[in-house]
Amino acid sequence: MKQLLYTITGNRELVPGVWEMTLGGDTSPITKPGQFVNIQLDGFFLRRPISVCDWDRDSLKIIYKVVGKGTAAMSGMQPGQKLDVLSGLGNGFDTAKCGQRTAVIGGGAGVPPMYGLAKALLGAGKTPIAVLGFNTAGEVFYEEQFRNLGIETVVTTVDGSYGQKGFVTGALPRSYDYFCACGPLPMLKAVYSATTTSGLLSFEERMGCGFGACMGCSCKTKYGNKRICKDGPVLEKEEIIW
Amino acid sequence: MVDLRVNLAGIELDNPVIPASGTFGYGYEFAELYDINCLGTFSFKGTTREPRFGNPTPRIAECSAGMLNAVGLQNPGVERTLSEELPKLKTCFHKPVMANVSGFSVEEYAYTCARLDKAEQVGWLEVNISCPNVHNGGMSFGVCPEAAAAVTRAVKAVTAKPVFMKLSPNVTDIASIAKACQDAGADGISLINTLLGMRIDLKSRKPLLANGTGGFSGRAVLPVALRMVYQVYEAVDIPVIGMGGVSSAEDAVEMMLAGATAVEVGAANLVNPFVCKEIIDQLPEVMVKYGIHSLKEIIGGAHHG
Repeated sequence: MKQLLYTITGNRELVPGVWEMTLGGDTSPITKPGQFVNIQLDGFFLRRPISVCDWDRDSLKIIYKVVGKGTAAMSGMQPGQKLDVLSGLGNGFDTAKCGQRTAVIGGGAGVPPMYGLAKALLGAGKTPIAVLGFNTAGEVFYEEQFRNLGIETVVTTVDGSYGQKGFVTGALPRSYDYFCACGPLPMLKAVYSATTTSGLLSFEERMGCGFGACMGCSCKTKYGNKRICKDGPVLEKEEIIW
Repeated sequence: MVDLRVNLAGIELDNPVIPASGTFGYGYEFAELYDINCLGTFSFKGTTREPRFGNPTPRIAECSAGMLNAVGLQNPGVERTLSEELPKLKTCFHKPVMANVSGFSVEEYAYTCARLDKAEQVGWLEVNISCPNVHNGGMSFGVCPEAAAAVTRAVKAVTAKPVFMKLSPNVTDIASIAKACQDAGADGISLINTLLGMRIDLKSRKPLLANGTGGFSGRAVLPVALRMVYQVYEAVDIPVIGMGGVSSAEDAVEMMLAGATAVEVGAANLVNPFVCKEIIDQLPEVMVKYGIHSLKEIIGGAHHG
């Protein structure tokens, strides 16, 4: 973890209410897909934890959904503005644990970190298969970016207005040897039950600090109490207690 | 040269800045960021006799200029604190540390303090009789002078280390409780713990915290904390550790003028992990600006003349 000043280089709305922000600066603290940054916003006491979607040496992308006043303020920010960021938080996905054919499953606001993960798996010589779930056609984002990686990509919508109708669990690949998932809690529970292999699941929780100090986001696991922000957000399927 | 040193119940501190219990863990997360030996000391995570998971999540809710927490004293219990956390802490912190203790009965407080009394690293015991987030314990001891005195007496009987009683602001007469602690033998008073608060989600129409209520802390509570430190300083002759909303060197000086010998920094650590180091670094400049040569001289300065 490092405290850094990032400069906004882009901020655009992908679909209504979902924004992609590009930040310039030192990304050395980010070492794994699925890690997050914690952003200070003027006028708000606590920072806003947002997962990293993609990064290279001197820039990163985050995708955030406007759900409250903080994310609404972010959507109004302009390129050139600087942000105080705690960067490289959380454990992230360990690609060494992933199989050759890993199902990469994202739901809604849980899709972004799966993009960085898919890239990292490709970089490690693996063949990920993406399953991206949304509520409806108007909410689908990043399908093209996943396809442009050259990986098999399935999109589902709950109402059937785009792609395969139903939930991500109805679109799991015929064969896969591992899975990674990020999305709303009901989706994670369904994926946990529907998958037949080991896997990694990334969790969301309201956080105080984001770096392990306050015990605000603790959960119980079979391996003992863990902090979602520091020991997570990625947990192994085998350790999860629902 | 300005002098930042203060004497806290017989132990000299290089400076009066102390990260508050529950916002600094056992120091490791911060030791990754800076050398935490620059601190006066720090108060480690509130310790109980038995391990505790604490409350269900969400445990955190944001407020204007502050936050609510309802962690509920999550800690590994006193035995693991002694066998695992303190040895690990020794590798990154070489000064006497403050042990924060909580409990659900007078006997439990005494047991946990007796165990921590044996730890050489522990310089002071800070006895939390003011946690608003647990039921049948914690704050119930801190809202009544007799109960506060009973815990103080029981703890003093089992330790030779200086005992600071950490008080709740959720009372009508803070001075009477501080006085009761002093009369029962306390070596000092810490205040304020968090203010009992609540937030409600407009969509679900339910409290944001799983616990319903939580403790309010952060910049917004500074005036309340200053007023209570000021009142307690008038009521007792033992040192006071002031805390509540402190987030800058100016805030620390203000707290000392109100009567604090040392100053704890809480919620600010969670937003800016470097805040305590920054306060220590900025204190000399602020002291020069206000003509302060030694911090010792300004303790309770607002009461004189």
